[in-house]
Amino acid sequence: MQVGAIERVTEVAIAVFLWALRVVVILVVVVGSALTLMSGRYSLETWSNLVVSGLTLGSIYALIALGYTMVYGILRMINFAHGEIFTSGAFAGYFIAVGLNSVGFLNASPLASLLSVVIMIAVAIAISTPLALLVERIAYRPLRNAPRLVPLISAIGASYVLQYTYRGLFGPGIYSYPSVAWLNELLPIGGLRIRVLDVLVVASAIAMMVGLYLFVMRTKMGTAIRAVSEDKETAALMGIDVNRAIVTTFALGAVMAGAAGVLYSLLYTQVYYLTGFIPGIKAFTAAVLGGIGNIPGAMLGGLFLGQVESIGPTLFLDGFGVPSPNQLKDVIAFTMLVLVLVFRPSGILGERIAKARA
Amino acid sequence: MPLLTAQQVTKRFGGLVAVNSLDFTLEQGSIVSVIGPNGAGKTTFFNCIAGFYKTDGGSISFDGTPINNLRPDQIAALRINRTYQNIRLFQNMSAIENVLVGQHRHLHTPWIASVLNTRGVREEEAAALDEARELLRYVGLQGRGDILAGKLPYGDQRRLEVARALATRPRLLLLDEPTAGMNPSEKQQMTAFIRRLRDDKGITILLIEHEMRVVMGISERITVLNYGEKLAEGTPREIQTDERVIEAYLGRSGSGDESAAQRAGGAAEPSAGAATTVTGA
Amino acid sequence: MTRALAGPGAATVAPRVAFDWRPVVRIGAIGGAVSLYLCLVGIVPVFNQRPLIIGVISLGQTALVLSLFATGFVATRKLTGTAGARFLAGGLAGGIAGAVLSALVLVGSVVPLRNVFLNASPELYDLLTFGLGTSGFWAPLVTGIALGALAGGFSLLRPRLRRSLYVGFLSVVIMGLFAGLIRTPLLSSPLENLARLLFAPEGLTPVGAVITFAVAVALNEYRRTNDLGRRYRAVPSDRRWTVIAPAAVVLSIAVLILPQTLGSFFAQVIAIVALYVMMGLGLNITLGLAGLLDLGFVAFFAVGAYTVGLLTSTGEYGIAQWSFWAAVPFAVFFAMLFGAFLGLPILGIRGDYLAIATMGFGEIIRILAGSDLLKPLLGGPRGITNIPKPFDVPPDHWLAGPNQIYYIALAGAALIAFIAWRLRGSHLGRAWLAIREDEDVAEATGINLVQTKLLAYILGAAFAGLGGAVFAALVGSIFASSIQLIVSINVVALIIVGGMGSIPGVVVGAIFLIGLPELFREFSEYRYLFYGFALIAMMRFRPEGLLPSRVTLRELHVAENEQPPDAAEGALVAQEEAG
Repeated sequence: MQVGAIERVTEVAIAVFLWALRVVVILVVVVGSALTLMSGRYSLETWSNLVVSGLTLGSIYALIALGYTMVYGILRMINFAHGEIFTSGAFAGYFIAVGLNSVGFLNASPLASLLSVVIMIAVAIAISTPLALLVERIAYRPLRNAPRLVPLISAIGASYVLQYTYRGLFGPGIYSYPSVAWLNELLPIGGLRIRVLDVLVVASAIAMMVGLYLFVMRTKMGTAIRAVSEDKETAALMGIDVNRAIVTTFALGAVMAGAAGVLYSLLYTQVYYLTGFIPGIKAFTAAVLGGIGNIPGAMLGGLFLGQVESIGPTLFLDGFGVPSPNQLKDVIAFTMLVLVLVFRPSGILGERIAKARA
Repeated sequence: MPLLTAQQVTKRFGGLVAVNSLDFTLEQGSIVSVIGPNGAGKTTFFNCIAGFYKTDGGSISFDGTPINNLRPDQIAALRINRTYQNIRLFQNMSAIENVLVGQHRHLHTPWIASVLNTRGVREEEAAALDEARELLRYVGLQGRGDILAGKLPYGDQRRLEVARALATRPRLLLLDEPTAGMNPSEKQQMTAFIRRLRDDKGITILLIEHEMRVVMGISERITVLNYGEKLAEGTPREIQTDERVIEAYLGRSGSGDESAAQRAGGAAEPSAGAATTVTGA
Repeated sequence: MTRALAGPGAATVAPRVAFDWRPVVRIGAIGGAVSLYLCLVGIVPVFNQRPLIIGVISLGQTALVLSLFATGFVATRKLTGTAGARFLAGGLAGGIAGAVLSALVLVGSVVPLRNVFLNASPELYDLLTFGLGTSGFWAPLVTGIALGALAGGFSLLRPRLRRSLYVGFLSVVIMGLFAGLIRTPLLSSPLENLARLLFAPEGLTPVGAVITFAVAVALNEYRRTNDLGRRYRAVPSDRRWTVIAPAAVVLSIAVLILPQTLGSFFAQVIAIVALYVMMGLGLNITLGLAGLLDLGFVAFFAVGAYTVGLLTSTGEYGIAQWSFWAAVPFAVFFAMLFGAFLGLPILGIRGDYLAIATMGFGEIIRILAGSDLLKPLLGGPRGITNIPKPFDVPPDHWLAGPNQIYYIALAGAALIAFIAWRLRGSHLGRAWLAIREDEDVAEATGINLVQTKLLAYILGAAFAGLGGAVFAALVGSIFASSIQLIVSINVVALIIVGGMGSIPGVVVGAIFLIGLPELFREFSEYRYLFYGFALIAMMRFRPEGLLPSRVTLRELHVAENEQPPDAAEGALVAQEEAG
């Protein structure tokens, strides 16, 4: 029958398409890498620098991704405004840095610089956390039981509000962080020369992630959060204060994001009202890559994405003679995202339909 | 040849074996009930037949065709359809639209024709509307077609679900706890209605039920499941007096009389609607 | 939990003045925070330059007044008790809010707040203190008390009177916002003198304000006393078209002659709204009907636009100098092809993952379109220029310039609306709705998910492609930065705010979320601030949208004979007994 024929054609088309997709991707990756490496155009030092910057960027993505993944795990919603929380940290850090610089403390000595960064991060967290809780209170809490598109739109609205609030408060200009000399010094590590800043970023990120992991795994509140993420109703029946768990989750995410904001701005020395938008999207990509709702997954996803962005263009595309491959770093990142979602949407159980509410 | 044959059907969820090497046959034109305590694997078994789950072992065949790895819409094409333990109507569509969706497989005009509103489309839609109205009348919902499904009273919603399933012109109908949440007189009506489905339309009925009066009153055969395995099978009379069945429902010290079994069946009912776990009823 | 408030003022009010002061204080604090926000984020100082009523009050001042008044009103709304209590409570709340602003002035005179907050400037302080500067720091406090107390009194009025006053004031504010826009076209019409009387170049004249207020209150009274709403609902649904039709005809005529009457600025805005309506209708099928959350929708728009660009451009990247009309079918076709191409692999992905995957697609296409890699073909960041208008007419022809795009866009939107309407009433439309409601059950009822979803995706893409084609002709060029993620988000937002699955809803959503910000370009950045707040508020208070499809769906079908509920039971029993 005619209808059945269309069905079969469609199914065959999909199968062929997916198979072809796999082949093309593998070809691009393998052949591209081979060509690039064989051309010998890049020294080991260049590669190691790329790896390091991938690690640094990846740490930041990981920190932001944790916020997304935890909120998704507990509320099943995409916190679109999370990138703007990140921006708040960046701005807070900026003003503190300027202040510290104007009294000469920022560059007084390596210890002073380190202390300054700590203060910047602390203040950033002090700002980002209440802000995130305010957003949760106004834009998300009334919508806890709404169908999933409704909180998404509210989150988008919150994102706009925050972005343009920053613009209104601080103006549209791009602000440059005062430079911190000590951070740019090079440390000899393992035969390479790595900036202090890179080490600082990675070390801080690791410290925070370890802290978060311990919190979620070992403390009572952490267990509560995990329980609510699994099954909200049952957790409530067990006597867990669901609301507090949710609020704590937002707070944890905001702490990570606020700190990440400072670190990012130190790396890229700039902040403006839209700073958080693209890193926010990338970080969410990272969270999905690692398995949304999965905390170690967000960390790995972030690091992985950072590396792909850093090395990918040069490694895969340069060999093909693609002009300005770095323009396409986001293409690689998003392509990887799509591939992961198509072939291995982790988080969805193996059972084709596990609704089981019949 | 039996209409439906299940051989050694097994379904696991992680470490839990919900259905364990189940054998089952269903004759054309019969009304058969599947009963068992909560967690016995009844709904899981239904889901396997309906294509909601893939089986982990064994096979199911319908009229000679193996069906255990087909998609739900392919199963519907073979004219097997079902209702749900927790009513799953299309809440924001009207009653008649719900029934019209059931007819989807019979409506063949391509979408371009719909846009152009050709005569073929108009005729097809008119015929479909007539049939839908007739089905609504048959289940006792005539005149209510424009009401949103979500706004109908509970009993009407159950009837609408049946109407929607009937719209697919099934040969086999799986009814998952069709009388859950109904009062005694509604249960009686539903029982008579189910019987009429088979008598008028020749539909084979497979039923999950907890209300023993319904089960005993309407079934030609009963299969009892417990912990995913078949515990007993037979006519209502045989099941009522089967010691293993009584023990499963009441425990070891059961008194072995039929009224106790009925009470156990009745007592099991209130929890039926609440279970939304993976293993179902 | 009440506390008797005794004190010096007690002698002049009733002996027992009691109200629970804690919520009042809390509301006052929130009001203060909101007022502070309005000041620092720039709404008050920047909008101060835009008069609402010439010579009387500016928009910025209005915002502040409303904020303080609202604080008092919210604080007293729920109170029971004597009039005195209300005035006190209102004054207290308003006073606290005002005190926050006074604190701002004081702090600002000592601490260089301006280093952080751009708007914490002397101009702001002057505004807050009526020109007195720091020495007038008490002014906001007093203003707050006064407005708050006034609000307290307001809450004493009868609801009908309150409602009338609301309508009046709201109308004045709205007219004030639109005044400049309305005035300009009227100046070259017979109504010129009336326009000059009522409207100033920006905002209302005092006369205009009074007249607006009076007219609005009068209209409201008329509507209420004649209970127009009920009379409309009393008309049986299949005869309602007799009421709607004349209005629709008038509206249609007005729309058709709009460029000639209101000028090309309005025409441009409406053309853009029409473009978004086209895209919105496309996404309405994909998301509103089939439930597929597509955040990369702008990609199909881009395909349509680039196709038209490539096929018609007279510039260096045009590959064939075809006419617009020849290029459009190809634009739609390629958009559909893209839809199939992108849809096939991702259809199995569920829910939020689908959103992210499609968002990824959109971004991939945006970057590729502007990349150096594809520059030889697509023009890189600068894109394709020199796209000619569809009709080649002399400059003074009525179809010249953007006007033709206006008509084409409207025609395109109407066409797509028609197709969407037909689809929705078809069995395919029902299948989509079923998938959106409950995908698994829809599948069990016999619907092939992959095919049906793919069709939704492809048709949605087709509509977006058409929109892109018209856009290319409208702007005359297409470049990668037109393919922003924001566009996709806007389309999603507008169909949800308008009412998902509903065709009039899409139009309404487009008017509010696209049209209004475009009209008020003068407020530039703050548009998005309001946009964001509007989204949050809509989701909080009316998540089903402004014009949800329930409203329209049932109106269009022939009503069946309704029988009383128990007849159904009786019928079943009767059948039983007969059978």
